[in-house]
Amino acid sequence: MAARPGTQAKLFIGRLLLVLGVLACGPAFATDARKPLTTGDVRWLNRITYGIDSATVERYRLLGRPRFLEEQLRPDRLAVPADVQEAIAGLGVARKPAEQLLAEAQAENQRIQALPDDDARQLARQAQNQAANLAAAEAARRHLLRALWSPAQVQEQMVWFWLNHFNVFQGKGTLRWTVADYEERAIRPHALGRFQDLVMATLTHPAMLVYLDNAQSAKGRINENHARELLELHTLGVDGGYTQQDVQELARVLTGAGVNAGPAPRLKPEWLAGYRRSGCFEYNPARHDFGDKIVLGTPIPGEGFKEVERVVDLLAAQPATARFVSRKLGLFWLGQEPPRALVAAMAGTFQRTRGDIPAVLRVLFDSGPFKASLGSAFKDPMHFVASALRLAYDGKRPLNMTPVLGWLNALGEPLYGHLTPDGYPLAAQAWSSPGQMAKRFEIARSIGGGNAGLFNGDDGKSTGNTGFPRLATRLYYEALEATLSAPTRLALDRASSQQEWNTFLLSSPDFMAH
Amino acid sequence: MRRRNFLLGLGLGALAVRGVRLYAAPAADAKCLVVFLRGGYDGASLLVPHSSPFYYEARPSLAIAKPDPANAAAAIRLDAAWALHPALKDSLLPLWERGQAAFVPFAGTHDLSRSHFETQDSMEGGEPLDGPRDYGSGFLNRLAEVLGNANPIAFTDGLPLAMKGSLTVPNVSLKQFGKAVFDDRQMAILADMYHGSPLETSVVEGLQLRKDVAKDFEQEQNEASRDAISTKGFEREARRMGRMLRERFGLGFIDVGGWDTHVNQAQALDANLQGLGRGLAACAEELGPAWDRTVVVVLSEFGRTFRENGTRGTDHGHGNVIWLLGGALKGRRIAGEQVAVGRETLFQDRDFPVLNEYRGLLAGLFHRIYGLGGAQLDRVFPRAREQDLGLL
Repeated sequence: MAARPGTQAKLFIGRLLLVLGVLACGPAFATDARKPLTTGDVRWLNRITYGIDSATVERYRLLGRPRFLEEQLRPDRLAVPADVQEAIAGLGVARKPAEQLLAEAQAENQRIQALPDDDARQLARQAQNQAANLAAAEAARRHLLRALWSPAQVQEQMVWFWLNHFNVFQGKGTLRWTVADYEERAIRPHALGRFQDLVMATLTHPAMLVYLDNAQSAKGRINENHARELLELHTLGVDGGYTQQDVQELARVLTGAGVNAGPAPRLKPEWLAGYRRSGCFEYNPARHDFGDKIVLGTPIPGEGFKEVERVVDLLAAQPATARFVSRKLGLFWLGQEPPRALVAAMAGTFQRTRGDIPAVLRVLFDSGPFKASLGSAFKDPMHFVASALRLAYDGKRPLNMTPVLGWLNALGEPLYGHLTPDGYPLAAQAWSSPGQMAKRFEIARSIGGGNAGLFNGDDGKSTGNTGFPRLATRLYYEALEATLSAPTRLALDRASSQQEWNTFLLSSPDFMAH
Repeated sequence: MRRRNFLLGLGLGALAVRGVRLYAAPAADAKCLVVFLRGGYDGASLLVPHSSPFYYEARPSLAIAKPDPANAAAAIRLDAAWALHPALKDSLLPLWERGQAAFVPFAGTHDLSRSHFETQDSMEGGEPLDGPRDYGSGFLNRLAEVLGNANPIAFTDGLPLAMKGSLTVPNVSLKQFGKAVFDDRQMAILADMYHGSPLETSVVEGLQLRKDVAKDFEQEQNEASRDAISTKGFEREARRMGRMLRERFGLGFIDVGGWDTHVNQAQALDANLQGLGRGLAACAEELGPAWDRTVVVVLSEFGRTFRENGTRGTDHGHGNVIWLLGGALKGRRIAGEQVAVGRETLFQDRDFPVLNEYRGLLAGLFHRIYGLGGAQLDRVFPRAREQDLGLL
């Protein structure tokens, strides 16, 4: 510690207060004298989770690294804390599936259309618009509550990863009504499952079908958008060896897959057998092009929905898909281009296990490049904000996510907010612009300097929990302090208040990386 | 020691941080500002085709009245075919009369999705529609890269696609900001933590930018309390922008929303155009002598349907009017390819056609402004056919 003489006394008092604070309110984990975690352990845990907190440290100590990782990869028995679960259950989108929300929205739109008075119509439209905004915001709140406070931290990060891989944008068409369901039913159940199931679930979800326009595509009126992105962004990758002809053929395969939240259409008898409906996903043979197709050299006889199942099998089994998805997983977890050998090893496991995501992740997490990357990858906004809150509110779990939505917006990475189907960039350099850095410092100050409204009720009113968080906890001294660089320690020593100390810690280059 | 250097930097800006791109303004620097009207504004209300009987027929409740000096709500005659929306009488008309404004009707992109986000995106990307796209690259970023010393900035909350790409471009929203969050001591400590890190430039630029913006805000507050005139909305934002462009930025981007007028268009459009016009005139004023070296481009993702809809509004259309403003512009004319406005010349029997593709038009403009050649322009707008409007 290189404190200057003039500040010595102030620092001493500051430190004393910090230590007293820890003793008074820091029950973080058991007090028995145990070996402190190594820097390697801390960095590993910090990356495997959305950021280190006492509960994960405790669990890690109990299980050891291999068993901790296994539990993260098969998290069936890890439950979201009861208070968080209760907050989630209170959200409107948690109570209604997409088909119900869409059907209600359609009924409301019809009612509005029929209103005789212009002003009344406009008012009703505004109300409807606000309701749609709320539905999307609730989906984001639920995502954040789990990301922050669920013990299944690898799963939560993978839900984000796949949401981004199979990106949809809430601003298009009816998507504000369907993004919650998309995450809940198409992504989450398969986030640590089989890749092929993810492809099928996202491909047939109304959110994706609207987002990539397949809902409008029909025999003779083909829209190639979904087919192209399915090849380019979801499975094979842009250099995956498909041709424009494959795109066109695949687009014909996908005709008939669409969205219907209303009554089933009246169909000719010969179409009835091939008609399918699940929620508001609809497969309508009357819109399907029944001609035979050839995709990637494989004949796909025209036989309706079975064609979709065949192409999903086909695409998921391609070596190019295994490589493309493995590389992207590597990029996400390493924060930089993964070495070829690692991608090859992951892709090999991907193919051998037919796309078993935990098996592929195990190869990644056990690899040398992953260990070597720890502590050096620059966090994206989601990880920056989440890790700051997990550290600042260790064990206290604020449930008002409105400020968090604002921070993610300000940092340019709101959930369901990326316009184009490529998703947010995963490479670190996308997130270090001057505007981004200045905003991160200001958000660090908002988090470190007060409660930022995180404990307010739904009405936005304070529930009395004010003041600022304590970041200098036992967790900090036992786990984090040793990982900090000299310039960061120097800055912390120059802090003139606890709030400022918090702000500097959360603004430090060490904290920006994981 | 490091701390002192940083404080010096904060105080003396250009001197201390000479190495940083932000301050390296060339002497004869041309400036360019792109104003993106998000939502698809109604060009047929901005630039009224007053000689077309079909215009009045297609818009029974929305047509702007024929030019008539006795009627304040009437369009203002610009030439035999076109007239200006009356909301711009005090702001844009004086620029037009000085030859510092021009309009290009029938302009836009050939993208036909008629989706706001897809069209905005393909426009900001500026890549050809028939080929693979790099979703992370915008035409202004590529322009800045080609120019090398453009001093780009986005006056937006997030970095817009137009400014995304391989070059690091700072962004700061001027809509609302207040006093500085950090004092000089805190900023020095923050910057010191990043000394020698690859993020140092970004951090120093970000803090400096935030400090400048806060300083501008405080001056503004002082002036406002002195003369009791305080501007609001876009005009305030545009004044701030004009000052920042004057002081040290060369290539700017800003977006303005609220143009998607499906319902009761007239009132909303009137207010929006008035605010926009005032803002642009104020920006020109703040630029001072630099206005003569500045070109402002105003564009939107698409135009609106030529006929009004059933809710006294208009729906997503195609071709639109691009505005060009600048102190040295040879303006006061309606530029680009044109056809007579009538039912038979509508695109798909509903919209203005696109006769002046925005990529070719901007390529021609950048050629004139910066003297860029074929290969450089091809980097900014791959495979675009350059169109010279002869306005500079």
